[in-house]
Amino acid sequence: MRLSRLLIATAVALSLASPLSAKTLRWASVGDALTLDPHAQNEGPTSAMAQHIYDPLIQRDPSLKKIPNLALSWKPIAPTVWEFKLRPGVTFSDGSPFTADDVVFSINRVLSPTSDFKTYLASVKEAKAIDPLTVHMVTDGPNPILPDQLTNIFIMSKAWCEKHNVAKPQSYKDKEETFAVRNAMGTGPFMVKQRDPDIKTVLVKNPAYWGKDEFKDYPDELVYTPIKEPATRVAALISGQLDFVLDVQLQDVARVKQTPGLKTLETAQIRSIFLGLDVGSPELKYSDVKGKNPFADKRVREAMYKAIDINAIKTKVMRNFSAPAGLITPKGVSGWTKELDARQPYDVAGAKKLMAEAGYGNGFRVTLDCPNDRYNNDEAICQAVVGMLAQIGIQIDLQARSKTLHFPKLQKKDSSFYLLGWGVPTLDSHYVFSFMYQTNDGKKNGAWNFTGYSDPKLDGLIGKMAQETDIEKRDGEIAEAWKIARDSSIYLPLHHQVIVWSMSDKVDTPIFATDSPNFRYAKMK
Amino acid sequence: MLSFLVSRLLQAAAVMTAVSFLCFVLFNFVGDPINNMVGQEATPQERAELRHALGLDDPVPVQFLRFLGNAAVGNFGKSYRMARPVEQLIVERLPATLELVFCGALLALLLGLPLGVLTALRRDTWDTRAVMTFSLAGVAMPTFVSGILLIYIFSVECTGWVAWLGLPTSLCLPSFGRGDTVQIGWWSSGLLTGGGLKAIILPSVTLALFQMTLVLRLVRSEMLEVLRTDYIKFARARGLTNRTVHFRHALKNTLLPVITVIGLQVGGLIAFSIITETVFQWPGMGQLFIQSVQFADIPVMAAYLVMVSFFFVTINLIVDLTYAVIDPRLRVDRARAAGNAA
Repeated sequence: MRLSRLLIATAVALSLASPLSAKTLRWASVGDALTLDPHAQNEGPTSAMAQHIYDPLIQRDPSLKKIPNLALSWKPIAPTVWEFKLRPGVTFSDGSPFTADDVVFSINRVLSPTSDFKTYLASVKEAKAIDPLTVHMVTDGPNPILPDQLTNIFIMSKAWCEKHNVAKPQSYKDKEETFAVRNAMGTGPFMVKQRDPDIKTVLVKNPAYWGKDEFKDYPDELVYTPIKEPATRVAALISGQLDFVLDVQLQDVARVKQTPGLKTLETAQIRSIFLGLDVGSPELKYSDVKGKNPFADKRVREAMYKAIDINAIKTKVMRNFSAPAGLITPKGVSGWTKELDARQPYDVAGAKKLMAEAGYGNGFRVTLDCPNDRYNNDEAICQAVVGMLAQIGIQIDLQARSKTLHFPKLQKKDSSFYLLGWGVPTLDSHYVFSFMYQTNDGKKNGAWNFTGYSDPKLDGLIGKMAQETDIEKRDGEIAEAWKIARDSSIYLPLHHQVIVWSMSDKVDTPIFATDSPNFRYAKMK
Repeated sequence: MLSFLVSRLLQAAAVMTAVSFLCFVLFNFVGDPINNMVGQEATPQERAELRHALGLDDPVPVQFLRFLGNAAVGNFGKSYRMARPVEQLIVERLPATLELVFCGALLALLLGLPLGVLTALRRDTWDTRAVMTFSLAGVAMPTFVSGILLIYIFSVECTGWVAWLGLPTSLCLPSFGRGDTVQIGWWSSGLLTGGGLKAIILPSVTLALFQMTLVLRLVRSEMLEVLRTDYIKFARARGLTNRTVHFRHALKNTLLPVITVIGLQVGGLIAFSIITETVFQWPGMGQLFIQSVQFADIPVMAAYLVMVSFFFVTINLIVDLTYAVIDPRLRVDRARAAGNAA
């Protein structure tokens, strides 16, 4: 017994003393990246995986500020031309040098028909390599937010892609799997060691990484396992089989917090949850009011807003992990202000009065469409809203469905009243306006505006801010547009989602409001 | 025998076609995969183009005939979710599920059979009552609850009670995954490594729990039935030992219905390992199926359902054939029938 203890003690001492012990970070989340091809799937977990292997030209730091990555500097040199100066001395993890040709190649790859990121660069007409470290991007009109859009675009190696026949992103039309689905080679901090989709992915430190001095001591190895079942995820973290869990269910956060050796980080996410109303139809499709549309009356919309007790939703439904909202866009997006985000007070008596004034003192019936597997506690939020609106006589038939049914229904404009969440990857208000408020022309503009709302003045402002390069003037346009948008009350804002990351005390990492971990910033104790 | 086999195979093909047609009708209610396949920025036009390219805007019968035509030449298409050929995905996932089912079925038999016999022979003793009470819990408890419970005891809270008993904490079991696997050709096995064996314990116990109690109760009731028959009384009257009476005569005659049920249950184990696989993040086919349903990944769902129906049909066939081997009466009947026909 004593001998074995001695042996164990020696073994432990030896393993601690070894300076070569690799620092491995084992982490999990609900769903794996769909592919390693960085231009094929515009989806959160997919880009989160890609950013460890590939680099963008411009990246976001933990405070979401734009900082240089593969591009050291950028500036407009003409109204429609942006110049990017590239970082010298960068090599890909296979040892080949990174040059302007790779940037031009990647931009063209993103613009190809099978790419899922082409809308980010819809304004780009052409990318040109001026010299090995200078790239010009020509846009079809002035585009002040091109640098913001580029933070989502990863740079691949031209030579590698051509060698492996993946010069175009994967397409569903091909019969075969393309090489880039399970293989990746970039300039980023990690390299792929093992990739078993849905099972296990192992990334190891890229010895040739350009940022070795800037990002010191990040983990030597990342082992990722998707774990679908929330209870199993928490169990694996508590029992020490994981160091980091991205998405612990909100009801389990307290359990994690009280476990010794574990900690949590939380921040408001760049995603807001709100209710949308069909204000444009002459008659609601799913209501007992015939011949007119109660939602077309602004007093009804305001009454509904006032009748929602958002603090009850926050404490009872969201377990305090939400930030009540007065705007459908959170802090962190340009144009957001505290004043705009202030909510109108909860006031049932006032709401009832407004309903009576609008001629709906006895209320009416309407169907609320709600997803049940997309946002934090989405169905429970809708159930709470049903009870709250019943107080002012609005009887709601709740239809909660899977996202695979909910979103297609909205896109067919087959809903009178719906719950939606919206994230802003460019962190610019224009993104919100052009998808949520601009007149839905069935093509490009207002693609997620299912309310039937259309305001020519707002449309004009949205068009202007897309091309205005004078920052001050543009900020003025955004502020004016938000005033109009907020006053329209076509959306009833609920809250901004709060994200909670859970991890072992050994892990030291900043939290990102994009909910996308970037482990080049992480350290292991 | 040959005509019996051929007619059974034809029936099997008909069953599988019917199943796959039903699947296609049901897929309409699962929803539209397009939203999961493109980012929120994709324009309505791009969505429509993709839908058209995948043939999702065709009527259901057209989609079904296209699927049949491709499946006939062994092409199940490409997963919408993972952009990889479906056959490849299923072949990768098959070993995990089959190993789990094998271990689960083995556990259920190795525990269920002896316990069933024991409780039938030792009626009205306290240990029988204890086993029967426990088996009630096994039948009644949903798989996800027993799975989570096992994780809680043997993984989350394990270090505490293991240390209290003075045992090494390495006895604690992993709460998810397959552990280390070894690749033998296309088969990845977790049964050959320590980590892999450790990882399969909790999921296979979870999967076996219900089946075990089922086997136990079935064997017990059949055994009690047989022990009351005349030939057992005669056997005793002849002065045979208890051992011969119980195991040679009684047990053998209880096995027929037990084999039928177990055969069907193995098919069920493959199909319903879904929940166990989800709870333990076991990388098998069940989990692949669940994720495909959430994504509306039609090619994977179709291939999976066709394959599970294939398993069911095959196992039924095997069970029918084993009857003939175990029960001599069936052989005699068929021989006599054949004789009459001739």
